[in-house]
Amino acid sequence: MTEITHYSQVWSYRTPRGRLLLWGGWVALVALFVWCWQLMTKDTIWFFVADAPRQAADIGGRMVPPRWSYMDELWGPLWDTINIATLGTLGGVIMAVPVAFLAARNTTPSALILQPVALFIIVASRSINSLIWALLLVAIIGPGLLAGIVAIALRSIGFIGKLLYEAIEETDAKQIEAIEATGASRAQVLSYGIVPQIMPTFWGITVFRWDINIRESTILGLVGAGGIGLKLQASLNTLAWSQVSVILLLILATVVLSEWVSARMRHAII
Amino acid sequence: MSAPAYPTTWRRPPQIIRDRRWRIAIQIGIVVYFVLAVGTVEVNWARVQAGLERGQLFVLGFLQPDFTSRWRDISQGLIESLTMTLTSTVVGVAISVPIGIGAARNLAPRWVYYICRSIIAVSRALQEVIIAIFFVAMFGFGPLAGFLTLSFATIGFIAKLLADDIEEIDEAQAEAVRATGASWGQLVNYAIQPQVMPRLIGLSLYRLDINFRESAVIGIVGAGGIGATLNTAIDRYEYDSAGAILLIIIAIVMVAEYSSSYLRKFLQ
Repeated sequence: MTEITHYSQVWSYRTPRGRLLLWGGWVALVALFVWCWQLMTKDTIWFFVADAPRQAADIGGRMVPPRWSYMDELWGPLWDTINIATLGTLGGVIMAVPVAFLAARNTTPSALILQPVALFIIVASRSINSLIWALLLVAIIGPGLLAGIVAIALRSIGFIGKLLYEAIEETDAKQIEAIEATGASRAQVLSYGIVPQIMPTFWGITVFRWDINIRESTILGLVGAGGIGLKLQASLNTLAWSQVSVILLLILATVVLSEWVSARMRHAII
Repeated sequence: MSAPAYPTTWRRPPQIIRDRRWRIAIQIGIVVYFVLAVGTVEVNWARVQAGLERGQLFVLGFLQPDFTSRWRDISQGLIESLTMTLTSTVVGVAISVPIGIGAARNLAPRWVYYICRSIIAVSRALQEVIIAIFFVAMFGFGPLAGFLTLSFATIGFIAKLLADDIEEIDEAQAEAVRATGASWGQLVNYAIQPQVMPRLIGLSLYRLDINFRESAVIGIVGAGGIGATLNTAIDRYEYDSAGAILLIIIAIVMVAEYSSSYLRKFLQ
């Protein structure tokens, strides 16, 4: 008869070593947090922070009866904002489609040179926010709608390009082979083998990006790139908080409406 | 008896909109919109032409970035951005865990569910930059306002995805734990937490990445970080310093994206 080995009477979720490592990880995270917090708040003026609730109540009090008559001045800028988003999306799509075909593994003409370049374009466009693009473009081509449109277009390249090249890489190889077997040229393979497969995804991505662009174009005016953000900036500078609340409500309504439109359209397409 | 006339050429069938009348109506609508939209865009072409020279200067500055002459400002902005990113992600995730649990219909009673879902909706509806404007007005300029903004935005993001994830867990495991007579706290700890933890860590890393990108933006409205430095550099037409800052942002975002996607793959 063999000896019965001793089992621990209390079940525990992790081994002692695992627990130790876990605790070590948490302590390291807390230490890092405290260190970062101290670095960050080195120059904070605590008097202003203590004063914040009073400031908040003050601003809230000034915002509360929104000045509805200000709406009349907002329809023009709202139209501009929608144009920035729509024309910007269009420009972004026009630039993103070739980049996506260059970046996709199965359609790129040269994997050595053009594919890394296309991937870099996508990453660079994605990592710079549209507000920063607008800041640069306002300095370069001057304030106005054009800067906003180009900023939105440049920011959209990365988003549309990335999702589209992933869709191209996921196309069904059998259909492409079938087209190739008929003796089609490369351009014909693209047009009859790949394009029909990615069409629904393409429209879905475009509508989705248009929705995001509406959101982003509402604030581009803060750096001078036109649209309703210009009115927001003007109202903030003159401390006209009752106008700010009207603008914010209008922005909120626009965003909700565009989200609804894009959800309906994507539902219809896919 | 003659053969019926078959079409001799093949036409590509329409893919998205099958009804011919709708297609024509939509095409006309698009053309009308474009005429109206392009008509209202006023462009000062003389200004654009003058600006192209400046654009060349900027491209040159981007190709020959100047890291050294403004290094003190750049490093200060970077430290602010990075510390702001980390602290706001930690605080945001810590706050969004209870809200996320409260917003999961299978764990929380109805009234808690509605309160938590409306907190999430408010946080998601407003843009980071707009929130930053308010926090700067309340708390004064500097990274503390940025920290609060990013924490607030993190709550909406993490809490919503966590709540959706909790609602989709495997109910069998939760029922097994419940059958042992576990309390609500034990249920969360032993049935829910192991199932959602990998995804929560993945989402937190992803949010860390997003928060860094956003920290570069909210500096423009005065909430500290590298965005404030960038804004100053562009306002002073120091395009070589601005190019250096943009390259640093791109590099950090790339490193963060690759390492966070690697870590997420490793964890799942």
